[in-house]
Amino acid sequence: MNEHQLNLWEFMIQQADKLAVQTLQHIGLTFIALILAVLIGLPLGIYITRKKQFSGAVLGIASVLQTIPSIALLGFLIPVLGIGPKPAIFALFLYALLPIIRNTFTGITGVDPSVIEAALATGMSKWQILFKVELPLAMPVIFAGIRTATVITVGVATLASYIAAGGLGEFIFGGISLNNTNMILAGAIPAALLAVIFDFLLSRLQKLNVAKINSITKVLPILLLLLASLYFAPSAYGSKLKAGFTPEFMGRQDGNLGLIEKYGLKINTVVINDAVMYKAEYENQLDVISGYSTDGRLAAFNLVILKDDKHIFPPYYAAPIIKEATLKKYPDLENTLNLLAGKINDSIMTRLNYLTDYLHQSPEQVAKDFLVANHLYKPSKGGHQSTIIIGSKIFGEQYILANMYALLIKGNTNYDVATKTGLGGTKICFEALNNNQIDFYPEYTGTGLLAILKPSVKTVVAVCVDKEVTYNYVNTEFKKKYDIKWLKPIGFNNAYALMMRKNQANSLHIKTISELSTYLNQK
Amino acid sequence: MIKVEGLSKNYGLVKAIDHISFEVEEHQNLILLGTSGCGKTTTLKMINRLVEPSSGRILINGIDITKEKPETLRRKIGYVLQNYGLFPHYTVAQNIGIVPQLLNWEKQKTKSRTLELLEKLHLPADILNAYPSELSGGQQQRIGLARALATNPPVLLMDEPFGALDNVTKANIHAEFLALDELKQKTIIMVTHDVQEAFELGDRICLMDKGEIVQDGSPSELLLKPVNDFVAGFLKEQQLLLEFKTTKILDLWSLLITSRQNNVEPIINAEIDLWTLIELIKKQKSEFVNIQNHKNGEVLGLGFEAIMQAFYQYIKSK
Ligand SMILES: Nc1ncnc2c1ncn2[C@@H]1O[C@H](COP(=O)(O)OP(=O)(O)OP(=O)(O)O)[C@@H](O)[C@H]1O
Ligand SMILES: [Mg+2]
Repeated sequence: MNEHQLNLWEFMIQQADKLAVQTLQHIGLTFIALILAVLIGLPLGIYITRKKQFSGAVLGIASVLQTIPSIALLGFLIPVLGIGPKPAIFALFLYALLPIIRNTFTGITGVDPSVIEAALATGMSKWQILFKVELPLAMPVIFAGIRTATVITVGVATLASYIAAGGLGEFIFGGISLNNTNMILAGAIPAALLAVIFDFLLSRLQKLNVAKINSITKVLPILLLLLASLYFAPSAYGSKLKAGFTPEFMGRQDGNLGLIEKYGLKINTVVINDAVMYKAEYENQLDVISGYSTDGRLAAFNLVILKDDKHIFPPYYAAPIIKEATLKKYPDLENTLNLLAGKINDSIMTRLNYLTDYLHQSPEQVAKDFLVANHLYKPSKGGHQSTIIIGSKIFGEQYILANMYALLIKGNTNYDVATKTGLGGTKICFEALNNNQIDFYPEYTGTGLLAILKPSVKTVVAVCVDKEVTYNYVNTEFKKKYDIKWLKPIGFNNAYALMMRKNQANSLHIKTISELSTYLNQK
Repeated sequence: MIKVEGLSKNYGLVKAIDHISFEVEEHQNLILLGTSGCGKTTTLKMINRLVEPSSGRILINGIDITKEKPETLRRKIGYVLQNYGLFPHYTVAQNIGIVPQLLNWEKQKTKSRTLELLEKLHLPADILNAYPSELSGGQQQRIGLARALATNPPVLLMDEPFGALDNVTKANIHAEFLALDELKQKTIIMVTHDVQEAFELGDRICLMDKGEIVQDGSPSELLLKPVNDFVAGFLKEQQLLLEFKTTKILDLWSLLITSRQNNVEPIINAEIDLWTLIELIKKQKSEFVNIQNHKNGEVLGLGFEAIMQAFYQYIKSK
């Protein structure tokens, strides 16, 4: 590897454009939410000083809102407000509400009653008392509330990136999923600085005496509006379609970087959390998304995969991997496991995933139904010769495969079966296999290549051109290094993929990523 | 001018004010005097509707005060609070100018009125841009008074206006208060629990207890003809002092024995009360004074000794 390791400063300079956009978005989101919180919180705070019987309920609800974990809150909001700035701003607004309501309430109730009485006695009306006496005198306390709200909002705004609303969270969470420290810091340091700077500025305002605060109160709304408008300042290049990519996909060579480099793809891109991406695509809020090619949601939301005609996504063909020694020990095993070879293509796997993930059928049932339909099912022989232990990683597709293999072994051999499913990620599964805690598990060629073998970039590029080449390469290397054999591929390729809604892709005549790129570059 | 009829105020089961009636004439200074919690403040606040009575009514110039919007009523009544209640976020000028502003006075008019008040209340003009927290207690008290007087309202309500001042400052302000022409033109109701103050400043005193008026009369009536033991007891501690303050030389005229004619100037009017006379004698070298009875033009040369004898005889005869 001859890649130069960037230091943080170099990274920030290299990414200055993005950093600027994210920072402006961050400030913008913060202050839009803040303005709303002041517009609602201030009158509400005033209202409960007049109707004290509601103060407990209002403050109570505002406190409860604040204790809802941010991710959960965003989750609640997506069905109602979709993705993008709307739910992000609404969530931030809810968090900013409590300090503003509470401080308005305490500020006003804390005004010396004899001053209020004097105001009444001079013949001021209720509104005159509010604007001439109560609000000016409560202003330092209200300011303190706005200050707290600002700091909270700057912090929580990092989560806006989960739902495609931008902000410095894009770097922070992208950096976390890519294990890229520079990227994390490039987001985290500016975010922390923003909090510190705003806190400092507001603390200066707060210390000014009451009279001066009044003149500032007149300037402040304008200032807030200006800051809020920053969100709209950076308009990324507009394109006919909108893409939503996970933070991880954004930063990977076999992801967005490759798309730009190899396909010259220029698309208006937002960063979004995997959990909400498919839903957003389905609801027309996004046009192109990054996903996994056998994800059940492909079927659920009627999406199609764009063909990776320039092969930037490494093939992830699934096949059982097993030690040569185990194959010798159980001679019937290899043929039995190969019964499944070539039987499940991408769309079948997607369908099966859809059945478990969306229709909530059990993996056992789905596995059995599939085998029956394909005339592979045989009733169990009830053999007890010895017990084969099947492993699987911790997601739906692997459960289904493990169950199919269990049924095949029981029906075709005299071996009994035990399963160890849910073995977390690749590392855990592979170690379990190496240490003979399991006998085999389904692995993906791309994972074997990138996560276990980890060859040089050059090799990766050379090997990824074709699925056969990849398969042969991992099979040979595994045999050499671990004495482990890759059995015949099951058929499907669970790789990164770009997806679009079927009807949109059809009407635009887009079938491949190249066609997508060409379409976008047309004027 | 102000007429209170059968006024009551209940807080739940507590009868804070129990069916009181009194009347204040124009330019009179009525004192509401009584122990803590007897209902003085409550009574006062009902007059500008800071508190609404449970029953009874209040008339100002024959008109029921509930006929008007409270804000309009209040802008016509000056109100001075015990702890001044100045607006801490307003300068002195803004504080004094608040009611003129509410009544949409022109700026220039407000300004000249403010300066006039500052002069009358012996405050330096450079105080105008100061904030209340930068002023002494005495100064704040005067600003509170100035604010109440700003639009020259005919009625002034004062709730223990001098309560928070030390005795020396209080004495000075009392003197100014009595000397201030502007106040002589006002109908004033003043609350206090300070007996001396009541006797010094009041034309009439309502002595209150437990929400009722026990006695309503001039200072000397209260002192010399108390209606019951409560009144006598209330004044007892300060009896001698009050008697000095309420007795005029003129009252003693027939009992006085001329000591000797003397040459000292000036000749004092016999309307002077004993307390003030003693203060005067203290300040001069000789203990003799010349006093003239303006009714018959007689001038007597009197010594301290002789005055005291006549006073004790006068008290005994009452
Ligand atoms: N808002 C209120 N709620 C309930 N009770 C009240 C209220 N205001 C006054 N009271 C009661 O009414 C009575 C008279 O109170 P008020 O303030 O008029 O007394 P005061 O003569 O002014 O006493 P002080 O010399 O201590 O100021 C007291 O017993 C007091 O506790
Ligand atoms: Mg009182």
